[in-house]
Amino acid sequence: MSQPNDPVTRRTVLAQAARAAAVVAGAGGIVALVVRGAGATEDQLVWQIDPLKCMWCGKCATNCVLDPSAVKCVQNYSICGYCKLCTGFFIPQPAALDEGAENQLCPTGAIVRKHVEGEYYSYDIDNTKCIGCARCVEGCTLYGNGSFFLQIDRDRCVNCNRCSIAAACPAQAISRIPLKQAYKPRLSVRSDS
Amino acid sequence: MSARPRVVVRLAAACCLLAMLILPRLAQAEQAQRRFPTPEFKSGYQIPPIQMSPVWSRAWNVIDVGALVVAIGLGAWFVYGLRSRKAVFGLMVASLLYFGFFRKGCVCPIGAIQNVAETAGTGAALPWVVAAFFGIPILATLFLGRVFCGAACPLGAIQDAVLWKPVTVPSWLEKALGLFPFLYLGLAVILAWFGAQYIICRYDPFVGLFRLSGPRTMLILGGAMLVLGMFVGRPYCRFICPLGAIFRVISPLSWKRVTITPRECIDCRMCENGCPFGAIRRPTAGQKIAGRPRERNILVASMLAVPVLVIGFALLGYAAGPVLARLDWRIKLAELVYVEDPAIHPDAKQNLTDETENFWKSGTSPQALYKEAAELRRTIAVGSSAFGGWTGLVIGLSFVGASIRRYRRDWIADAGTCVACARCYNTCPVEHARRTGRSVDEIMAEKEAVHV
Repeated sequence: MSQPNDPVTRRTVLAQAARAAAVVAGAGGIVALVVRGAGATEDQLVWQIDPLKCMWCGKCATNCVLDPSAVKCVQNYSICGYCKLCTGFFIPQPAALDEGAENQLCPTGAIVRKHVEGEYYSYDIDNTKCIGCARCVEGCTLYGNGSFFLQIDRDRCVNCNRCSIAAACPAQAISRIPLKQAYKPRLSVRSDS
Repeated sequence: MSARPRVVVRLAAACCLLAMLILPRLAQAEQAQRRFPTPEFKSGYQIPPIQMSPVWSRAWNVIDVGALVVAIGLGAWFVYGLRSRKAVFGLMVASLLYFGFFRKGCVCPIGAIQNVAETAGTGAALPWVVAAFFGIPILATLFLGRVFCGAACPLGAIQDAVLWKPVTVPSWLEKALGLFPFLYLGLAVILAWFGAQYIICRYDPFVGLFRLSGPRTMLILGGAMLVLGMFVGRPYCRFICPLGAIFRVISPLSWKRVTITPRECIDCRMCENGCPFGAIRRPTAGQKIAGRPRERNILVASMLAVPVLVIGFALLGYAAGPVLARLDWRIKLAELVYVEDPAIHPDAKQNLTDETENFWKSGTSPQALYKEAAELRRTIAVGSSAFGGWTGLVIGLSFVGASIRRYRRDWIADAGTCVACARCYNTCPVEHARRTGRSVDEIMAEKEAVHV
């Protein structure tokens, strides 16, 4: 450590010059790297699921760093069939077509079923109860219209350096996308179903 | 060629392009046929829009980056201006509450190393917040020393807050364990470079505690680290943190650094026990010297050992390549698919895992996957050798560092190791005298009376 009363020697001058050069080079290098990386994206990036790639494996419910998961089921009403026997709501061969817990697929009772008119019922998701297990998504996509799909809830997601669900996703369905298109609603049924 | 045929060719090409654009759209429209058409309601029921939660305000990103800058700036003022441990401690707790418990420990500058490495390696997008969280602490450390570690880092803060009865780690053990962060850094950079995985985040001991949830192993690791941290000062920062490894190299270059005593050092040795992180270095005056020729020989030998170690460890790294490769999901998938591949194992069962089920569904040919995995294996073998070489370099340079004699007149805080926690200010009688306006002798007599 140099003190104010230390004599100025060739050694200290050289050391200071080397230090200054290293600081300038290091700082310049970091600024260049960061500017280059950030320059590639014009908008803030967020993690999101591609519903067309999702295979409803259930890992969204267990691999998120949050508990319950930031992944929630979303209902696209415009393609919903408003079925009385909703295959996203009821277990296969339910005892009765009513809201009894034993008839429901959803483990937390997060789907609210309401009579609309005639043979038609509406299905809403209660975000506070949904855990993102995708059982309803599976039922709706395999046997129904596929109006249920999973999304990462922007209100809850903490935007980790790397999404830990993405690391576990068997379908590689999670990636970073610009915030502007954060919500990609699923508009069509999967080709394989 | 005349002008006319060219126009024809262009028109044909344009038609082909149009067809290519339109045909897939038509196919998609066909898929969208619904099993159960949406009813036409007569009761006046309006089909609601898709439920979407509000997008978190972008302002939070600005607030986070702002909070980081403010925390480092205030920290520098507290450490170098006020020289107050109390102020630093208060700021540290505030950072722990904000970055740790409120913002749940993400984004963090330690993990951001991997984002930058992945961007450099695979060209993956780098969100500007992550870029800022990587760049700001490093730039700050180049000018202000490790103020970020002492005042702004929530991981450092949680360990600092639980420190109760610090034991002194023997210097040889401190040096040996201190090599690990460099190796961890090398491994994390290589794995992120190929987009294989983010090990720093995966084995982060404290985010689970910040979120009060997480995988059980993470919570156990975090709890154990906190218990250890009660007796060993900041174990993660000193023996694991990869960002700490970067800081240890660049912090000695910084413009500002902690000076224990504000005036002349009186060689009372009180600061030595005051530092729980082993950052205080003694003056070299009374040190035994082996003699110049002998010292020179040791230095030359250790410098010659560096290339030998680099090459040796690079070969070891090459041999360890297959182990590293298995950490990549594409290679793992190729292995899983190979086991189920009916062309290779005729009576194998398919769809044993979600990964393979998705793969068979996707219709990709297994051969293409094997080819991709084989190429990836070769690149990872190069990376693994580089990691081995890095390991050799770190070990070799630590030998060289140990065989250079240094001159120190006073007791000083080692700029690389010191995290600017400001504890030593409280132990220094000269600092005490400056603050209270009393004489150093008076304070020394008082301190001795307490010890007797």
